[in-house]
Amino acid sequence: MSGSALASASAAITEPRPWRLLLTLSAVALAALLLLAPIAAVFAEALREGPLTALRSLGAPDAVSAILLTLGIALVAVPVNAAAGIAAAWAIAKFDFRGKAALVTLIDLPFSVSPVVAGLALVLLYGANGLFGGWLAAHELKIVFALPGILLATLFITFPFVARELIPVMVEQGRAEEEAALTLGASGWHMFRTVTLPNIRWALLYGVLLCNARAMGEFGAVAVVSGKIRGQTTTMPIMIEMLYNEYLSVAAFSMAALLAVLALVTLALKSLLEWRHAGLLAATRRH
Amino acid sequence: MRRDTSALPGFGLGLGVLLSALALIVLLPLAALLARGAAMGPAELASHLGSRRVANALALSFRAALVASAANLVFGLLLAWVLSRYRFPGRRLIDAAVDLPFALPTAVAGIALTALYAPAGLFGRVLEPLGLRIAYAEPGIWLALVFVGLPFVVRTVQPVIDEIDPEWEEASATLGASRLRTLRRVVLPVLAPALLTGFALALARSVGEYGSVIFIAGNLPNLTEIAPLLIVIRLEEYNYDAAAAIGLAMLGISFAMLFVINSLQVWSRRRIGHA
Repeated sequence: MSGSALASASAAITEPRPWRLLLTLSAVALAALLLLAPIAAVFAEALREGPLTALRSLGAPDAVSAILLTLGIALVAVPVNAAAGIAAAWAIAKFDFRGKAALVTLIDLPFSVSPVVAGLALVLLYGANGLFGGWLAAHELKIVFALPGILLATLFITFPFVARELIPVMVEQGRAEEEAALTLGASGWHMFRTVTLPNIRWALLYGVLLCNARAMGEFGAVAVVSGKIRGQTTTMPIMIEMLYNEYLSVAAFSMAALLAVLALVTLALKSLLEWRHAGLLAATRRH
Repeated sequence: MRRDTSALPGFGLGLGVLLSALALIVLLPLAALLARGAAMGPAELASHLGSRRVANALALSFRAALVASAANLVFGLLLAWVLSRYRFPGRRLIDAAVDLPFALPTAVAGIALTALYAPAGLFGRVLEPLGLRIAYAEPGIWLALVFVGLPFVVRTVQPVIDEIDPEWEEASATLGASRLRTLRRVVLPVLAPALLTGFALALARSVGEYGSVIFIAGNLPNLTEIAPLLIVIRLEEYNYDAAAAIGLAMLGISFAMLFVINSLQVWSRRRIGHA
């Protein structure tokens, strides 16, 4: 083959230069208009009347209680779902059993259920008119329109995040290392702490990061069960809706900016993890 | 239940924790929804779903999700291709920004898009005189759902593009195919299953989406009122049966759509296998 034919063959595995330029510009324009403009708009609207006004609106008693509630819910929901995710990944990745594929589908179920339908299901179970409603009322327990309902809604929505991240990583790692530890006389817990956990820590952190972002930002499912009692059952996203509907734009966008900062920090940490520990994360995210 | 003879401990503990958490957190509430539907019976369910307002809301939710996910097939493929194949300044920033819709709470995305595309907003001001109404009309719903669904397509397609062996494209070029023909006949068929998966994930997410849509939609009954919003309205009226009927219809239609897409995927994988 002549030199020029080789050159034209390697040129032919990419697009002609004008096309490359056009495609790159379209992609950059798309990302700027669709992804970057909204986040810039959040900060611009929050700072419309200066940073002091924005900060003062975040210091209002109702705003503070919404921030604390959101942090508290995430503080309970994330560890619970992290534990459930580790248990799920252990059983599914390290053992073979009948019905495994169906179980994986069930874990992913919350991804295909509308958050509003999830909230509705909780109301039908625990609401005054629901299946357990009579029993709960008789024992003076309140779940819907109270904190337990918000927690259950958050748990439902964020259930798959940690398991989804851990299962492919643990499948790939196999069980040879754990078996070696047992052969050398380690107890089950000792093996888990010294072999399994160090192997999955970055993938676990990655899953926890995404789980936390969704837990703090969940709106639809929480909106249905919260009852929106100011200062008691309003999380940050619910507060944003209430302020926005009252035309308190700066206050709504200031609260939104706080959640946007959380999103940006989540993305930064996620990128750092992907960059430093790509080999130890789920295969689909390697690039 | 266990089939192998793995020497590892903790199967019972792991499975036990998983099954209890799954049952308490996910399955029990969904069972309550199914029970409510079963208690109503088909005639009553049909009467709740037969109203014009409910039919319009369901049709809008599924139509808008289909439009947005179809748009995301193009947008997602474009971003995945450019991010994976080309090197240019700002590539890493855009790569990270693709995940923004995963991390940004939907209510925040909703009010931000509304601020931009409302008639007085930065983009709305330009588009409105051109007769393009985005916010408070159906295109606003499409926009919100494109935002929400975009990362699903990019993140499923991107790793597959990364793994395409350049030798296939070289072989095709050496055999005299034009670049366009190589892309159409060699690259696209390899990407097709991933594109379908991304489409299905984006669709599943956007059909039920609530937070990013309700601020920009305008929420006029029969015109821009999505099904999840109608569930919320019925719940606020304490009409639990009507809310449950709409919820069950949404569950049923989205599982049917996912089943069709799943079958298409099996078919397209098999087709590649034999090609």
